[in-house]
Amino acid sequence: MTTKHRILIGKPGLDGHDRGAKVIARALRDAGYEVVYTGIRRSPAEIAAAAIQEDVAAVGLSSLSGAHLRLFPAVVEELRHGGAADIAVLGGGVIPEDDVAVLLAAGIKAVFTPGTSLEEVVQAFAAVCDEQ
Amino acid sequence: MSNHPAYTKWADNQLAKSLQRFPERRARFIHHGNTEVPRLAVPADIDQNYLDQLGFPGQYPYTRGVQPTMYRGRLWTMRQYAGFSTAAESNKRYRYLLDHGTTGLSVAFDLPTQIGYDSDHDMALGEVGKVGVAIDTLADMETLFSKIPLGKVSTSMTINSPAMVLLAMYVVVAEKQGVAMADIKGTIQNDVLKEYVARGTYIFPPRPSLRLITDIFQWCGSNTPAFNTISISGYHIREAGSTAVQEVGLTLANAITYVQTALDAGLELDVFARRLAFFFNASSDLFEEVAKFRAARRMWARIMKERFGATNPSSWMLRFHTQTAGNTLTAQQVDNNIVRVTLQALSAVLGGTQSLHTNSRDEALSLPTEESVRTALRTQQVIAHESGVANTVDPLAGSYFVEQLTDRIELEATDLIGRIEDGGGVVACIEDGFIQRQIENSAYDYQREIEEQERIIVGVNDFVVDEESKPPLLRVAPEVEDEQVARLTTLKHERDNADVAASLDRLADKARTDTNLMPLVIACVRAYASLGEICDVLRGEFGEYRDRQ
Amino acid sequence: MKSIDDILAGITAGQPRAIGRAITLVENQQEGSEAVLSHLDSLVCNYLVLGITGPPGAGKSTLTSRLIEQYRADGERVGVIAIDPSSPLSGGAILGDRIRMMRHAKDPDVVIRSMATRGRLGGLCSAAGSAVRIMAASGCSKIIIETVGVGQSEMDIIGLADLTLLALAPGLGDDIQAMKAGLLEVVDLLVVNKNDLRGAENLAMDLEGVARQREDKYGLPTRVCRTIASEGQGIEQLVALIAELESLHSESGEMNRRRQVSRNREVVDWGLDMIREKLEPLAALHKHEASPQKTAVQLLQKLWLDL
Ligand SMILES: Nc1nc2c(ncn2[C@@H]2O[C@H](COP(=O)(O)OP(=O)(O)O)[C@@H](O)[C@H]2O)c(=O)[nH]1
Ligand SMILES: [Mg+2]
Repeated sequence: MTTKHRILIGKPGLDGHDRGAKVIARALRDAGYEVVYTGIRRSPAEIAAAAIQEDVAAVGLSSLSGAHLRLFPAVVEELRHGGAADIAVLGGGVIPEDDVAVLLAAGIKAVFTPGTSLEEVVQAFAAVCDEQ
Repeated sequence: MSNHPAYTKWADNQLAKSLQRFPERRARFIHHGNTEVPRLAVPADIDQNYLDQLGFPGQYPYTRGVQPTMYRGRLWTMRQYAGFSTAAESNKRYRYLLDHGTTGLSVAFDLPTQIGYDSDHDMALGEVGKVGVAIDTLADMETLFSKIPLGKVSTSMTINSPAMVLLAMYVVVAEKQGVAMADIKGTIQNDVLKEYVARGTYIFPPRPSLRLITDIFQWCGSNTPAFNTISISGYHIREAGSTAVQEVGLTLANAITYVQTALDAGLELDVFARRLAFFFNASSDLFEEVAKFRAARRMWARIMKERFGATNPSSWMLRFHTQTAGNTLTAQQVDNNIVRVTLQALSAVLGGTQSLHTNSRDEALSLPTEESVRTALRTQQVIAHESGVANTVDPLAGSYFVEQLTDRIELEATDLIGRIEDGGGVVACIEDGFIQRQIENSAYDYQREIEEQERIIVGVNDFVVDEESKPPLLRVAPEVEDEQVARLTTLKHERDNADVAASLDRLADKARTDTNLMPLVIACVRAYASLGEICDVLRGEFGEYRDRQ
Repeated sequence: MKSIDDILAGITAGQPRAIGRAITLVENQQEGSEAVLSHLDSLVCNYLVLGITGPPGAGKSTLTSRLIEQYRADGERVGVIAIDPSSPLSGGAILGDRIRMMRHAKDPDVVIRSMATRGRLGGLCSAAGSAVRIMAASGCSKIIIETVGVGQSEMDIIGLADLTLLALAPGLGDDIQAMKAGLLEVVDLLVVNKNDLRGAENLAMDLEGVARQREDKYGLPTRVCRTIASEGQGIEQLVALIAELESLHSESGEMNRRRQVSRNREVVDWGLDMIREKLEPLAALHKHEASPQKTAVQLLQKLWLDL
């Protein structure tokens, strides 16, 4: 039996622009993944709890409002707290170059800045899912 | 010029009246070499089709513009959306912009403010002051407009679900400055329907939200007659990934819903219709964009006159603000964005916009710096003063291509409105996800086209270079959040809390009756009740809308 | 979280991580899934499985969220299995039901799991059936299965439920007509949701007409309940109706009969899945000389010897 990989796409914080999140959810679906989408305006704790219940291999976060430095690491922390440090967290949005290293250091597995192609995004998810 | 009787009639009436009331910017508009630029080019043989489809500017169906002389009379309002961090910081930026020739303010609020949370709310974590200015109480609003004469500038506020509260604050600040209510000019966005499908800053369910909007229409109609009570926005629908046709169709479908709701509440059509404003996106497909603006104007005129039976010509006119398309800006080779913005701004001007925001080159990276904001403003000024496009009215009329595009957009957008009505109207179509799916499908197709190089984005999927230099970025310091919270805490101690509680109770009492809530909210604001406190009262009464797929 | 013992202990302790892992194991039929499942039955207490089906947009997820609210207020632990179709092209899926249930995200006594149909015949039933038992073993006394009421595999899911509720809403078009025909036969409760919208009254009256006809045939009345799920109206009555039916069915023995039937079906599903796994490679190797039907007989005989 093949092991399907499940991914959760979430939007932490208050930013309601979910065009990118939805496009990526679709691209992942079209690449054969099962994607749980939790909608906009969720707290890091809610996203992590959902990811654990859904037992996803990876969580993709999107934030366009500039709050990523606070919100993305918070999701990593909540997952660890819930005994699910193995669930990979990836993130994207309007993220300045300088912040990428900060996020990577905080345990985010991959960071997508504006202009990243869908293919790259899908490949990054594939890479972390295959590790599991 | 023409000898056609319809032309003569227009020239003798609309045009003459307009010239008398608003003289043109110059006595003569000329090309280099002293040839005169015609005010309005018309076909040699004006026929019935021309009169039905285009007509003359300032005349039904307004395809060619809402004023007879357009930018020869007065240039569009150059209105740069700005706001970040604290009220004091934003106040400085506004005064900078006014000093550099902006002619209207446009306030961006941070997300907690837009969603009716105070800066000390759990969900506000990390968001305070990020995408706009944080406003918790009247005190912040007083700081925001300190030394800016509200009787002179017009202020546009991008605020939707809690629009009533921010409008109340604005009114009270103006009053404290001694400005007469009749002189308050500006616009609140106040367009909640598009929040459910495209922008996400909703608070309450659709039906109570529509009621708040109607209350604002009514209150402004009798108190601040010069204030635009809504800016029905296609901008965000387009940013969310819709096509030009969907932008027009969905926006006008929303507009129809607002009009119908207000009529159902017993408001007078020709009183509130004059104060409806629109807000569109100027994206990259130059001619399609020009056609879109023209088609939208014609459609709205027909909807208001034929469908709703409005009799006052001002009710027929679609007046709109335009912003260039943020989603077309790239993080790669950021200077290219200046060129994109120029083309997009040009389409808005060729399409007859009433006001315009030009995006800054670095917006795909962060908040714009002061320098890039100035370049964006200069872009408008170059179009206005150097390009010559402002010297004549609707210069693309009569182009086979542009007219066919205009007709096509009208047809397809009308069809979309029809499908929404068959589906039970906008609210029903939001609830069953029809509208969201329309937009998502278009967004996905667009992205695929880029992936497959069917669509070239310069610097992104072609003409790519390795970039070394990073442009300077503007960041909001993390301390801003803590400082704002501290200010709010202090204020909550110092104000008269009995007064606050009483005003909030009165609001709660009336929320479920059909009393107009605006005066009650003004009373809360005056007592320095916070935005979050006021919205919490309404959340308690109206419930919260929390779902969207 | 590697060992089966850990997982089993985690399930009984109601740990979200263990429950999630266990469902993945059985859904993917990974190693260890049998061991998990075989230990579950001893852990399971009393529970009710409620199926909610109906066309997209009828308000199933919203109703589910409201039911969770009610049951939680009564101190019950609730499980939800929300099923959405897989894309036939890519095999992927977007699972969006959870959006409407996010208000329960941080409640440790609400266990929600989204599942894709994965285009399997039968297989979904075994996965969902196992998920039900895992949730029950973790202490859930109410388990709701949400599924779009089209297609055979979804109909099979209905077989897993003790009680099934069909959610309809006005303005969803002609699909309803088609659905009514097949589904009305198997559902226990009709819910007219979006009672705030125009057309709800007509729909309810229409359904009441249909329900009356059914009453004659089976002697059991199908009740029609009106709700506004988005505003929480009518939910208490709905919960009361569910409770009423539950005790009716327990007393009459109908509940046990249904469980037996669904248990049988699960057995058959598992069996078919296992046979398929063996049969497919055999068929691929086989030289096709006889008719397909004859070949099948030959292969099954061969399998019979192998098993
Ligand atoms: N007007 C109204 N809308 C509702 C009601 N219940 C749910 N909705 C809305 O209908 C839409 C679809 O609901 P959802 O629960 O996702 O339906 P599902 O596809 O059947 O699961 C959502 O926008 C809900 O907010 C109701 O009773 N009245
Ligand atoms: Mg659902």
